[in-house]
Order: sequence, then structure tokens, then C-alpha cells
Amino acid sequence: MDNKINELVPEVKYTAKDFASDLDVKWCPGCGDYSILAQVQRTSPDFGEKRENMVWVSGIGCSSRFPYYMNTYGFHGIHGRAAAIATGVKLANPKLQVWVATGDGDMLSIGGNHFIHACRKNINMKILMFNNRIYGLTKGQYSPTSEKGMITKSSPYGTVDFPFNPIKLATGSGATFVARSLDRDPKHLQEVISKAAKHKGLAFIEVFQNCPIFNDGVYFPLTEKETKADNVIFLEHGKPLLFGANKDKGIKLDGLDPVIIDLNDGKHSVNDCWVHDEFDDNPTRVFLLARFTDISGFPTPIGVFRQFNKPTYDEEYVKQIAQIKEKKGVGTYEKLMLSNHTWEVN
Amino acid sequence: MTKTVQVVDDVTVRFAGDSGDGMQLTGSQFTDTTAFVGNDLSTLPDFPAEIRAPAGSLSGVSGFQLHFGSGDIQTPGDSPDVLIAMNPAALKVNVKDLKPNATIIVNTNSFDTKNLKLAQYGTNPLEDGSLSGFNVIPVELTKLTMTALEDLSLSLKEKEKCKNFFALGLMYWMYNRPIDITLKWLESKFNSKPEVLEANQRVLRAGFNYGETTEIFTTRYDVKPAKLPKGIYRNVSGNEAVALGFIAASLRSGIPLFLGSYPITPASEILQELSKYKNYGVVTFQAEDEISGVASAIGAAFAGSLAITNTSGPGLSLKTESIGLAVMTELPLVIIDVQRGGPSTGLPTKTEQADLFQAMYGRHGEAPVVVLAAQSPADCFYISLEAAKIAIKFMTPVILLTDGYLAFGSEPLKISNFEELPEINVEFRTEKEGFFPYLRDENLVRPWAIPGTPGLEHRIGGLEKKDVIGNISYDPINHEIMVKNRKEKIDNVQKEIPDLIVDGEQEGELLILSWGSTYGAIKEAMRNLENTGHKVSHAHLRFINPFPKNLGDILKRFKNVLIPELNLGQMATLIRSTYLKEVLQFNKVQGQTFKVAEIENKIIEVLGGNNG
Repeated sequence: MDNKINELVPEVKYTAKDFASDLDVKWCPGCGDYSILAQVQRTSPDFGEKRENMVWVSGIGCSSRFPYYMNTYGFHGIHGRAAAIATGVKLANPKLQVWVATGDGDMLSIGGNHFIHACRKNINMKILMFNNRIYGLTKGQYSPTSEKGMITKSSPYGTVDFPFNPIKLATGSGATFVARSLDRDPKHLQEVISKAAKHKGLAFIEVFQNCPIFNDGVYFPLTEKETKADNVIFLEHGKPLLFGANKDKGIKLDGLDPVIIDLNDGKHSVNDCWVHDEFDDNPTRVFLLARFTDISGFPTPIGVFRQFNKPTYDEEYVKQIAQIKEKKGVGTYEKLMLSNHTWEVN
Repeated sequence: MTKTVQVVDDVTVRFAGDSGDGMQLTGSQFTDTTAFVGNDLSTLPDFPAEIRAPAGSLSGVSGFQLHFGSGDIQTPGDSPDVLIAMNPAALKVNVKDLKPNATIIVNTNSFDTKNLKLAQYGTNPLEDGSLSGFNVIPVELTKLTMTALEDLSLSLKEKEKCKNFFALGLMYWMYNRPIDITLKWLESKFNSKPEVLEANQRVLRAGFNYGETTEIFTTRYDVKPAKLPKGIYRNVSGNEAVALGFIAASLRSGIPLFLGSYPITPASEILQELSKYKNYGVVTFQAEDEISGVASAIGAAFAGSLAITNTSGPGLSLKTESIGLAVMTELPLVIIDVQRGGPSTGLPTKTEQADLFQAMYGRHGEAPVVVLAAQSPADCFYISLEAAKIAIKFMTPVILLTDGYLAFGSEPLKISNFEELPEINVEFRTEKEGFFPYLRDENLVRPWAIPGTPGLEHRIGGLEKKDVIGNISYDPINHEIMVKNRKEKIDNVQKEIPDLIVDGEQEGELLILSWGSTYGAIKEAMRNLENTGHKVSHAHLRFINPFPKNLGDILKRFKNVLIPELNLGQMATLIRSTYLKEVLQFNKVQGQTFKVAEIENKIIEVLGGNNG
């Protein structure tokens, strides 16, 4: 499979500032969205794409204000429809680099259908999903990623429904790049965004994002210095799965069950650990990794779960049009109207 | 024996059989040949919503009606002169629609106990005298077909499947048409299956010869060619014409066509048809749902395509929120609504005009769009070009209303030269100097600046914008300015559209004001009344929002205005509220269009039953 990265180099060397629009950013003070915007603006100059060829599309919600702050082409859509609108943009002009900014409610609830089908079709676009596990713009109702039992304005006695696991959902739907990062880890977030930008196919990034107003601190165990090392495991291609402040805890696979091992117990060594393969053809291990967040005591994986290549919808479509043009000749009005059975009246 | 030839002006034929009997195919072959010999024509299929209802049952009957003649033909005909009934169920379902003394050709082999029971006949209608008012011609269609194919090695089932071509051959003989067009079509259809080809061709000839040689048939009919305007013609259904119209619009405007679509009866053929034309650069995106169909089209419009989406009533409801987004972002978009019987799933394969209010008002907020309605299958071609032209010129969504009757009905389309088509100018903004996304021209139209254009990077969306600048604005006064701008822009479309033409006296007793697919029936009714002294005029609306600018004046000039429509009075309400003019209603909501006779009778009734 041809996996060439877009090597087009812009004539102008951009800086982060070139990607900031003239609008005042109006998220709440302390919102994780600021960091995501900053990391996107910092990495954009290295996407190898001219600014006028970039399009940011969004739906509705706090996250979906994102395109207004990017000095690229932007389309602030309606609730849930970002992936569908972005698909139209990409198919109309496959040369554009299309990004989607969205949230857990926008993409996984009202926009769920568009999300799974964009993944299935492998539309060549990048989806940056800000997951704060709450509806922020509507002021605090539970979302499809809220933990079971969560007390919110619309669940005063706790929710009784189970949350989606976005990594599993994206993988199961066929996304060809699936990753997770943290708003409070700028360097990591930049790395993941840069990788996604270079991926050909549908890239999905789940960003754990803090909502300081309605769900403050939901990710603090993962993002704060005191607890992060024990609760987060960084996925790095070709490296063993290790975590803990001294990297002395690891994950090994016992059949299909992940097990936490202590490298200081004299029984285990780093050689027992599961080695992460980002390019694994088989999605089984991604599901096992994604399950960590569902198992008590397990660290949360951060990084690229998997990336692989398959033909994108847009390139297949372009190819098919070219083939049919080749086979049938480029259409003209005369061919169009006279192709079927016609008769002449004199 | 000698056979007499009788010249007739026009004939209505209905082919009816089981939904697996190939009646649509038989009908369309008869249509092609009839067009080729130069008759004017109009066709209408009638098929059940179920793909294959139980064989022989009443609900499984599929029909195809064709009206052809040497004069101007506007409708598929009120009542058939000839019915070809392939089984008892087909007879039972259709016999009530026939003209008195109509000819019925029946396949007698299918009138066995089992099929009679399935058709809920207590006694055999061929024997009990119940058809005495008709000219019944019994033909052993199945047996004759099998006999003709005796020496072929095809299975019995395959042989029996050819019997529709026996009926077709017989009809070709009866109406004096050549069989070679169908012979040729069979060649192209079955060129990889020589034995099936041989079987069908042989049966077609056998049917034709049967008419010639048997004594059952004493009369042949001749329908002279119609005096159509000079030119090249092709037969089109409404759905096909919509597809062709938008490809032509794409060629005329020089920008690629994008269709975002989700299958729905009776609109799916537009998707199917357009998906064939990839060598015209057409992108057909079969979306995951109706909303994605329209949302992807909005994205494509933003990126510079001629973007359209097609659907029927339930789908239009789902697209409603997105159409509001297209109003707000002021992007060109055409939404084709092939109306069907509603609400909800309603009558999916039947026709109705009850989505007019939805097209006009079915959105939240002040969200005016342009509304057009096609008047005939061939008009679907021309009105699609108009819709594309207005959408692009005014940067607005346009809802184009057709319906099930137009979608499946067909008539000849005179092919215009490319240069005769309306001009569709696309001017993408490229100039950086003085660019603002919502800076308006003299018609209040904003510029179309597409991604990929250096220096024009901008953001649009569903939130209210600051006038001219386009940034988000919650300012109360600004909102009212923008609401009015959007409304006035749509009003300005009136400058683009032609004045309404009144057919007949320009003032007087009674004006028939119609819209959409009822055009044909009214036109024929008007012609039938032409020399009877009834004082009645007719005007037909293709442009509904905005209305043609002379409509108000026209209404004032008539004492009575009668609005026939296939709903409970939606256009009547629109006219009353717009012009404060009382109008008379004539409504039918039976999943079927008006019969010519119904219109005639209503006109006579309104005129007091006299000749004025």
C-alpha cells in the first residue's frame, strides 16, 4: 500500500501565530480547550499544507467553536453533523486537508451515525474529539461518555447508563488511525496531532479535556504530577508497556487477559511485558488496550493505539471517476442527451 | 380474411399482470416504439409498494399505462381503451377503470381455480357474463408461448417468463407498429444469453403473427404521427429528467455536480441515474442517512460544487434543520422533494402535493428559501436547470418539488441545443482586497469564496453573523438586519423569474390556478372545453416562492379563482394569505392525480353548469 506522506512544502514558512484568527477566544477560564487550540496552532506549520487548503469543520458544543479561532477555512455546523459536512467538503475537493473539531456529545451521541460511517468509509480526514464527559454548552447534563452513576444536572440520582468507550467504537467502526491524548500534556498532544496530520485515512484522536465548570478534575488522576505516573501508560511503538514513577510496573498478556506485573518482585522482567505494535494489522490488541479503562486498577493508555493503511473513500472515488472517464470518454452535453434512444421529428 | 384498419386520434393502453410478469418492461418497450413512430405520449406505471407480493394476489398487481396519439398528449389518460390482463387479479384490479366497451385481452391460461381464488373471484368472470359490457378477447398466452418455444432447451419457467413478449407482439400488431426496435433492444439486453434472446424474439414475432393470422382479431388501429415541433426527442421520466437536468446544469456552469443522497421511494431513481454518470465528474455520495445526505451537500457547496440532495417527504423532514443551516450560511443548494402520500410512511408509491407547506415553512426561525415546482416529466429537466441557476446566482437553498406521478410518468423531451440552455454563471471570489464573507451585491447576495483560495480564509456557520463582516454577532439590531436581508434576497429572485402567463381570456369569470403535476390534466380539460363556450382561463405556477410578480394583478382580473390541488388546500391558503383573495378549492387526496374528466366537471359546476 502506498503510504506516502503529503510532501508538499508551503512556500511560506508559517508560525503558530499565522493560524490564530482575529476573534477573541471565549472559552471559560481554565478550559482544556485552550491547550488543544494552542497545540493545534503550534503543530499546524508542520502539516506541510498551505493554510488556504486547510478546512476545520465542527458541530455544536464548546469544542465546536474551535474553527472560529483557526485562521484557515472553517465551517461551524449544526449539532452532530460535522463528520457529514466534512465528508462533503473532502469529496468536493479531495486536495483539501479536512479537520473536524468535536466533543463527546456532538460526535458520539447526536452525531454517532455520521461518526461510525465516516470511520467505516475511511474518509481521509482527521477528527479531534474533545472528551470532557459532560455537556458543557447546555450547562451540565451527562454525556455518552459520562461514567455510570455520575451525578449531573440531568441525573441528580446518578446515571444508570453505561458510557461508550470511544477507542473501541472508532476501532470497531474501521478508523485507520486511533489515538488518545491529554489536554494537560502539551508535548504529547502535539506529537499525536502531528502524527494524525500525516496519516492518510480517517484519523481519530480522543483528547481527555477538563471542563472546569461542570466536570472539573475528572481527569486529574491522569494529568496531575502526583498521580499521573501510576495512572497513565504511554503507548510507544516497539516499546514495552511500562508505567509507574520508576517505570517498574508493566503489563503482560496472559492469553487474552492483560495482567499488571511488578518488575521488582524478582519473578518478572521487562522481557515479559507486552510490546506495543502501533502498526498491528489485527485490531484485537487495540480492544484489549482500550479495555484498560474499564478494569479497576489499570493505567489509562495514552498515545497511538493503532494506525494502518487502506484505500480512502476519496481516493477510490477519484480513481473510479478517472477510470470511467478513460473508459467512456469525458462526458459532453451531446453525449448526455443523445445517449439514450432518440428520434427526430421533421 | 381481410382485416379492417381504423384510424383513431388517441388510445390509452394498460398492461397489467403480476409484479413478476414484466409489465413495466413490456410497457416501456411499447413506449419506445410508440415514440419512435412519432406519436405524442404520456405514461404512468402503477406498482405495489411490496416488491413481490404473493403471486396471483390482488396486492401483487403491477400496471403500466400509456396514452398516445396524433395530437398533443398531456396525461397518461383517464381510462384505458385497452387492458391487457395477464391474470385474474390484474383483471379484477383494473376492470373498474376501463372505458365502457373497452377491449380486454386476457391470458385465459391463468384463469384457473387457484388464480381465481387468489383474485377473490367467486365465479370465472370470463364465463359469468360480468364482462358483457366489454370487448373481451381471450388468448391462450401461456400455451401459445410454450408452444412457440417447444424445441428450445430452456426450463419451463424460463419459457413461461417470455409470455409478456407475446402480449407485446400482439399489441404491436393491433396498433400497427414495427417490432424491430424491441428486437434490437433484446439483442443488446441478452447478447450473452443467445437462447434467451432467441426465445424472446421468437415469442414477440409469434404474438405479432398471431394477430395477423387468427380470426379473433378483425380490426387494426392506426394512430398517425403527432405534429410535434421539429427537433430531436427522447422519452424521459421525471426522475430521469431531474438527473439529466442537473448534469446539464453542471456542464453549463462549469462546476462539478455533487449529490448527497439516501434511498427513499419515489426519489431513489435520481440517485441511481446520477451514479451512472461518473465520466461527467458527478459525485454521488450515498450517505448513511437523510441528514448526512443534505449535510454532505452543504459541505460540498462550501467547497465549490453544484450541490444537490434528493428525497421525499419524510426525508425532507429530516433535512429540515440542515436546510436552515444552508439558509444561514447562504450557500447554493438544491433540495429535490419527490412528494408522495403522507404523513409518515403514508403511501410511498403514490402521488400527492401535500409537502408545499413543509417546503415553504417547515423550518425554525425566519428561514425563507426559493420553492419551485415541476409541471411535467419533461419539465423536470428544464426546471432543474432553473433551480441550479437560482441557487448559484442567489447563494440560497432552493426546494424543487416534483411528485411520484412526475417521477415515474414519462413523456417526450425535446432536446435543446446546449447554447439554448439558461446561462449559469459561477464567479468564485478570488480578490482579497475588500473581501468580507457577508458583503452583499445589489441583489443582497454574498460572495462564494471557496477553500483553496489564498487570502480568503474565513469562517461561516449557523450562528448569527455580523452584517458584512461575518463574525459571530448576538447584537439584537444586527440580527433583525440579517433576517431582513435574507428575506429580501429571496424576494429579489422575483426579478429573475418570468411573468405568469394566462392561457385563454386575460380577465373574466373563472381562472384555474394550478401548480406542479396537475398541469397535464388541467391542460387537457381546458382543451376539451375550448369550443364549448365555457369562459375559463388557466395559469400554472412553476415558481412558488417568490411568486411571479404579476400574479397579484392576474388574480384581481378574475371573478373566481379555482385552485385544484392534491392536498387539502395548501396553495389556496398561500394565495389567500399573500393576496387577500378568496379562492375556490378543488382537492383530492387519494394518492392519485386528477382525471381530466374530474377537472372538466368541476369547471362546469363552478360555472353554474351552463356554458357561461
